[in-house]
Amino acid sequence: MLNRIGLLIIKDVKLALQGASDTGMTFVFLLLACTLFQFSIGPDQTLLIKVGGGVIWVVALLATILSLERLFITDFEDGTLEQYFLSPMSLVFFALAKAISHWLTTGLLVIISAPIIALLYSLPNEVFLPLFLSMVIGTPILSLIGTLGAALTLGAKRSGVLMPLIILPLYIPVLIFGTLVIYNVMYGHNYNSFLIVLIGLLLLSLALAPWATACALRQAIE
Amino acid sequence: MQSLKIKNLECNRNGRSIFTGISFDVTPGRILLLSGKNGSGKTSLLRILAGLMPPKAGSIVWGDKKFTDKRDRELFSPLYIGHSNPVKLGLTVRENLIFWAKIFGHGLNVDAALEQFGIRNHSELPASYLSEGQKRRLTLARLALDQPVSTLPSLWLLDEPAWGLDPEAVKTLSNLAIDHVKNQGMVIISTHGNNLDELLALNSDRYSLTENNC
Amino acid sequence: MINYFSNPNRFLKLTEKLLPWLVGLTILFFLVGVYFGLLYSPADYQQGETVRIMYVHVPAAWLALSCYAFMAAMGALSLTYKHPLAGIAARSAAPIGAGFTVIVIITGSLWGKPIWGTWWVWDARLSSVLVLFFLYLGHIALSHAFENPLRGIRASAILALVGLVNIPIIKFSVDWWNTLHQPASLTRFDAPAIDPSMLIPLIIMALAFFLYFLTILLVRIKSELTSQKIRAINIKMIK
Repeated sequence: MLNRIGLLIIKDVKLALQGASDTGMTFVFLLLACTLFQFSIGPDQTLLIKVGGGVIWVVALLATILSLERLFITDFEDGTLEQYFLSPMSLVFFALAKAISHWLTTGLLVIISAPIIALLYSLPNEVFLPLFLSMVIGTPILSLIGTLGAALTLGAKRSGVLMPLIILPLYIPVLIFGTLVIYNVMYGHNYNSFLIVLIGLLLLSLALAPWATACALRQAIE
Repeated sequence: MQSLKIKNLECNRNGRSIFTGISFDVTPGRILLLSGKNGSGKTSLLRILAGLMPPKAGSIVWGDKKFTDKRDRELFSPLYIGHSNPVKLGLTVRENLIFWAKIFGHGLNVDAALEQFGIRNHSELPASYLSEGQKRRLTLARLALDQPVSTLPSLWLLDEPAWGLDPEAVKTLSNLAIDHVKNQGMVIISTHGNNLDELLALNSDRYSLTENNC
Repeated sequence: MINYFSNPNRFLKLTEKLLPWLVGLTILFFLVGVYFGLLYSPADYQQGETVRIMYVHVPAAWLALSCYAFMAAMGALSLTYKHPLAGIAARSAAPIGAGFTVIVIITGSLWGKPIWGTWWVWDARLSSVLVLFFLYLGHIALSHAFENPLRGIRASAILALVGLVNIPIIKFSVDWWNTLHQPASLTRFDAPAIDPSMLIPLIIMALAFFLYFLTILLVRIKSELTSQKIRAINIKMIK
């Protein structure tokens, strides 16, 4: 079973890296979106520092959603998804593998860009470690829930805006606790409890999301 | 000898009734050719048999076990090849076949299989270079891999496998199918009546879906 | 009983019998509730007459949440037992619930304006209700996003269940967000200490809303079943 999961992940990552321009484009998007915020808010340093944490997380959410569009589409259209269903491997593991590959191709990118964006927003040095930690715990949650959203909207007409509409409300807790970590650091408070909550959310999503995703995929196949 | 018995199968899609009252038996050693007009439900029937969708009514019995809703993957896992070709364009031809071999637990005699279907010399090319017919060959090459041994005869469900194939590949396909049933396997093929039918004529029975439309 | 209602026609017959009663009861309860709320119950010491909005705001909030729970329960039924009516019930309930959240938001805004000075404040409760509103919208959009209505019903059933698990988490996170970002607390946006003279109209209004929910739910299910019949006839005509 683990072999097969590993196989799937390697295949997906390989394919994603071949479309390396895709990965590069996501990175550019992250920076571009931050720039947009800067332009709209203005160069007021103190204001930017205040909103920096929030901006990083919102931009991370948006980038994650953008890359979720294509998650299952090719597999669904060329019959690969059916074959996975027929294989000895359970769809739950397939869903988990897909979430992991999504994280490896998008989540890691977000984690890498976060410090860069923090620099652009002149966030204080103490922020970097908690930011990194919150991202490391938070981005897998985004991938897990996002995979569920992609599976639910598979084959829907006009799925473009539908998926964000469904997923974003579910992302709100992650967003809130992720940014609370940053804000607490900036106000000099302890942020451990928020990290623990995030870990709890991660465990919850690990338990529920692949299973619900498999359910949704089965609906799509029928 | 365990045979597959299908009784009174009914299929419903999107509220439309596709077919009702389908019954037939498949015995190991014979190929079953499904024929019928477009829209008569051949694909739906094969998908139901594969377990991809539940039938509205009816039963599927193999040996003494009933498989209608919950499929016991250990006991009943047919090899299903549908209309589309699950070929990953970014991987090479060889990598594609190895991938499926590992996922399904088939034997890894990949090169021999590619050779049988005449695409061995393309094995290091990215699959995006293949023509549609060659992609079909790659999909079918799975049939030439060593199959895992199990207690139940192995069932192949092939939906218009000869679509897009040239006569040479059709011959390879028919040889594989005949070999499979000679080894006590079972094969159900949906067909439009092309030269695949002629090649298989001696080893096959027919079931026509036209009379059972609702 | 659940199986009894698998047949849409039986359900429709029951609906025909029940609806006139339900409509009557709904109107009755609303009239009584409004009378008690507007005229008979006391005004609040702090907030004056505006507290009367509570009689609409609070029951609407209760119903908005219970409607979601109902929707999720129906979704679970349609997934596990493939009960045809359950899926339709879920789909029909969603817009009603969404309507209730809108009522909560609007009455909340109206209630708060005299106190806050603005139409909207990112208060923990209102923000959670706003998120609930989005959850409803997502559910509605998803259930209508597919050619095959069954697929829409099943997908949105999964979404409703996931949403149900999320609602306490969202409430929890929004509460923390609110207290940590705004240490100064705003005016208590609550129903004041509940006196029987206020409790009774509140409960009457809650029942009124509940009856309204039932009435509209049955009407919507009826129309959904009818449009299913029309679709089936159209399909038969194509053949």
